Amino acid sequence: MKLRVFHQTAYRYDRPVRNLVQSLRLTPSAFEGQRTHDWAIDVSGGARGPGFRDGAGDWIEGWTVRGPTEEVVVTISGRIETRDTAGVLRGHRELIHPLAYLRDTAATRADAGLRDLAALATDAADPLDLAHRLSATVSDAIAYAPGRTAFHTTAAEALEQGEGVCQDHAHALIAVARLRDLPARYVSGYLHSTAEGEAHEAAHAWAELHVQGLGWVGFDPANRCCPDERYVRLGSGLDASDAAPIRGIAAGQGIETLDVAVNVEEVERFQNQSQSQTQS
Amino acid sequence: MSYYNEMYEGSRVREPYARLSQWVETMPADFRQMKQAEAEALFRRIGITFAVYGEGGDPDRLIPFDMMPRVFEQAEWRRLERGIKQRARALNAFLRDVYGRAEIVRAGRIPARLVYQNEAYEKAVVGVVPPRGVYSHIIGIDLVRTAKDQFYVLEDNCRTPSGVSYMLENREIMMRMFPGLFRGNRIEPVDQYPDLLRRTLESVAPAKCQDRPTCVILTPGHFNSAYYEHSFLANLMGVELVEGADLFVDGEFVFMRTTQGPKRVDVIYRRIDDPFLDPLCFRPDSMLGVPGLMDVYRSGGVSICSAPGAGVADDKAIYTFVPEMVRFYLGEEPLLQNVQTWTLWKDDDYRYVMENLPDLVVKEVHGSGGYGMLVGPKSTREEIEAFRAKIEANPGNYIAQPTLALSTCPTFVAEGLAPRHVDLRPYCLCGDRIELVPGGLTRVALREGSLVVNSSQGGGVKDTWVLSE
Amino acid sequence: MLSRTAANLFWMGRHLERADTAARLLDVGQRITLLPNTASGYQNEWNSLLQASGTATLFAKKYGEVSQENIEEFIFFDRQNPSSVLSCIEKAREAGRIVRTALTSQVWDALNVTYQDLRKLEKTPRGKLDTASLTDFTTSHTSTVRGAINATQLRNDGWHFMNLGYGLERADATARLLDVKYYVLLPRIEFVGSGLDTYQWQVILRALSAHRAYHWAYGGDITAGRVADFLILNGESPRSLITSLYEAVWNLEGIAKRYGETVPTTARDKAREVLGRLQAHDIDMIFDEGLHEFLTWFIGEIGTISTLVHEDYLLGGS
Repeated sequence: MKLRVFHQTAYRYDRPVRNLVQSLRLTPSAFEGQRTHDWAIDVSGGARGPGFRDGAGDWIEGWTVRGPTEEVVVTISGRIETRDTAGVLRGHRELIHPLAYLRDTAATRADAGLRDLAALATDAADPLDLAHRLSATVSDAIAYAPGRTAFHTTAAEALEQGEGVCQDHAHALIAVARLRDLPARYVSGYLHSTAEGEAHEAAHAWAELHVQGLGWVGFDPANRCCPDERYVRLGSGLDASDAAPIRGIAAGQGIETLDVAVNVEEVERFQNQSQSQTQS
Repeated sequence: MSYYNEMYEGSRVREPYARLSQWVETMPADFRQMKQAEAEALFRRIGITFAVYGEGGDPDRLIPFDMMPRVFEQAEWRRLERGIKQRARALNAFLRDVYGRAEIVRAGRIPARLVYQNEAYEKAVVGVVPPRGVYSHIIGIDLVRTAKDQFYVLEDNCRTPSGVSYMLENREIMMRMFPGLFRGNRIEPVDQYPDLLRRTLESVAPAKCQDRPTCVILTPGHFNSAYYEHSFLANLMGVELVEGADLFVDGEFVFMRTTQGPKRVDVIYRRIDDPFLDPLCFRPDSMLGVPGLMDVYRSGGVSICSAPGAGVADDKAIYTFVPEMVRFYLGEEPLLQNVQTWTLWKDDDYRYVMENLPDLVVKEVHGSGGYGMLVGPKSTREEIEAFRAKIEANPGNYIAQPTLALSTCPTFVAEGLAPRHVDLRPYCLCGDRIELVPGGLTRVALREGSLVVNSSQGGGVKDTWVLSE
Repeated sequence: MLSRTAANLFWMGRHLERADTAARLLDVGQRITLLPNTASGYQNEWNSLLQASGTATLFAKKYGEVSQENIEEFIFFDRQNPSSVLSCIEKAREAGRIVRTALTSQVWDALNVTYQDLRKLEKTPRGKLDTASLTDFTTSHTSTVRGAINATQLRNDGWHFMNLGYGLERADATARLLDVKYYVLLPRIEFVGSGLDTYQWQVILRALSAHRAYHWAYGGDITAGRVADFLILNGESPRSLITSLYEAVWNLEGIAKRYGETVPTTARDKAREVLGRLQAHDIDMIFDEGLHEFLTWFIGEIGTISTLVHEDYLLGGS
């Protein structure tokens, strides 16, 4: 699939802020399922700082805005060619040992409810089957209901409530997978549309579980599927906050409001013949 | 149990203590009391207060200073020094390895879970190789002695071991009060430590640094119990003592705010823990750190000492594998022995420990400061049973060791000199070279019979001498 | 030098001077209320003084009723009053502790002893204390610290920042005290030149330890014009606006010279300009313009200089 991505996040402050520092994980992963054609990150009024590929294989870029300013706009625009790898993250160069993803965080900490849920997946033929069953269990236990949970909602809270969004599904799946001794992590990215073709909030999140023999495999319990060519993978972490595409902090008393616009659309072909590029 | 007395062999005075023995014998009691009061006044005057790493406690408390020095002869020290340097090399090799290809794990010489599920293992720095491949630049190795030539390593401190200011101040005060003693004995100096530390830090400046490196000490602030030590070292090293808010990231580098504008910083000797270093990478609520610092570090714009993640090497569970590291990375036999350690998450070890609790010392894996531990032979039956229940509830949280016959040194008590148990923490510096000053911090358990030297548990300190040839 | 270090030295100076001012304010108030005043009683005068120091609301909320004990407690010991002697000394000592290594042991000892003695004083039953001894305690201790600074500190940028803090704070304090006397204390215009007026001027001079100096300098009667001249334009008077500002300029020049051309000097330039304007005044011009209007202008300019000091040096260029 050839996808054009436009993603703009505008931070506005009621009072000017200075020394805004951001750490951006906003560049598509390099693996068999993705080939980045061109990709540009811009932060208004900012200076590009360090850029490097971290141990998880994510491209990280630091930006600083000295200010004072009342608005900072982060703009991503790019084109990428994707293909279906049945959720398997093949050809992704990373150094972190999967066992490092068995660690709990506040968002994914198990409680009695999650333990019960993890125990529901029985009779698994092999680890891959177990992963599928766990994902299905989470899809059943948490109904998709936007606006009922917040960024700080934990897996345990979402399960208790029985509803949530993709972040909650991913957290819950990560929690139950770790309970079953499967390393699991949070993935952030974009989604073109759901399987039924209906429009979707284009910023998306899902989980990856480490399966012996296959490596990391993506599961999207919010959509009851594995990521395919409609998904664009950006980066991963132990939970949503660890994997956040934008992490930032500014000096000043200003209260922040946020405006996000994401657009992922399919194109017939990429128009100009600029050389394809991948970051190394 | 019999204990090795470092000064006396029966009634005979051991060679290194010969002159000290005369000094003690000819010292009138009232003179000693006067000097003791003078020492205390000096410590109070300079305001030295500190808590040894992780011990907590009252920040304005003075640690009792014992005027009777502890003495090593040159040959003894050389042996120790070789062992410490060897251990320091192995620990840094281990860190380089587990944040890289992890050959030691692949070779099955250390269990993967022990490394990767360790709280102190930082996945954020996997693949980052700091300058010269050094992760831990100041390693404090806690040693105890049980016989003339028998030393054991009790624990390694690879993060930010404290107490070195006491080593320096103890010497300073002894020299000031008893200059005659130093004229008579040939005692190796320790006061080059701050210069060596600065040189060590400068030697690990990032490749991007062109001029003479600017080093700083990063402190959590003046409410921290070790703040005195931070400002003391900054002063002696001639570097700025900064707090998180004094630093900021701009572009690819870290700067400090000075009256003459931003000044680039190349090496940060941090005295704050990993989770607080950078709210963008670790704890988002940290007010002590520098936003964006880790991105600059990971892209080679600044050096952080010790490197984030270095703590994975000094865990009590990892500790048991240090001799294995020496063999694996250096192809050498360890010169310093570990204390035999039973890890209670192993069934066999668990059974043995539970059957022999009254003879053993049991510690929490992540505990420090002499808290949360059981000293079997010094405990009542009730205490042992209470501790047994704690172990049963969470065996994985404990290790056990035999009760060691810690050596004793003569120490001034109300009645005169009496033997008290001691340990030793030398400070090993790792940069372009590995070096340590002759001596270290001797901690002494002032309570009669006590084996716990932590200051929070009634411990004091002594000046530590290494005699030159 | 770290901006934070400079800021602490600067504020250490300001807070020490501010503690001094609070003690003198207590003295002024106490003396003025000793004067029989049928018009409104002493309650009003204390309110005026509190208003001038910007703490009247806080006082009213906490104590309600004005009494000698309440006022003493509030101006001297109350930690909730940011301008109380105790608050200021605590802040100065805290700042000193943070930059301990930038101070000589003599300065630190003097500062620390001040603080420790004040803590002892705080525990003394209030009945055993009188206003005069509290004022004396403060002025003598703060002078000891200042003396230690001038006798032992290295003449480096840190020294300049400390003395700059002193200078700006003193300029501000003297201007405020004058303004209180002229604008607030004197109930009605027809009292100008009356016995009450003269008495109040005398009290101000006394509070500034300047009554004897005044007589040496001017001799004869105390008049508003002469006192104002003494406290505003007399370069020999240690607390006059012109002397305080001159010292601030001198320290700013010292910093500018040391740091060279790459570091901004907007604070120095502004301070120079204000000093120039002060030098161009004589006392008649000031009274023609209106003393209150003049003082309001001056206090504003000192505030601006302080802000510029922060921008030039204390933010660290970001």
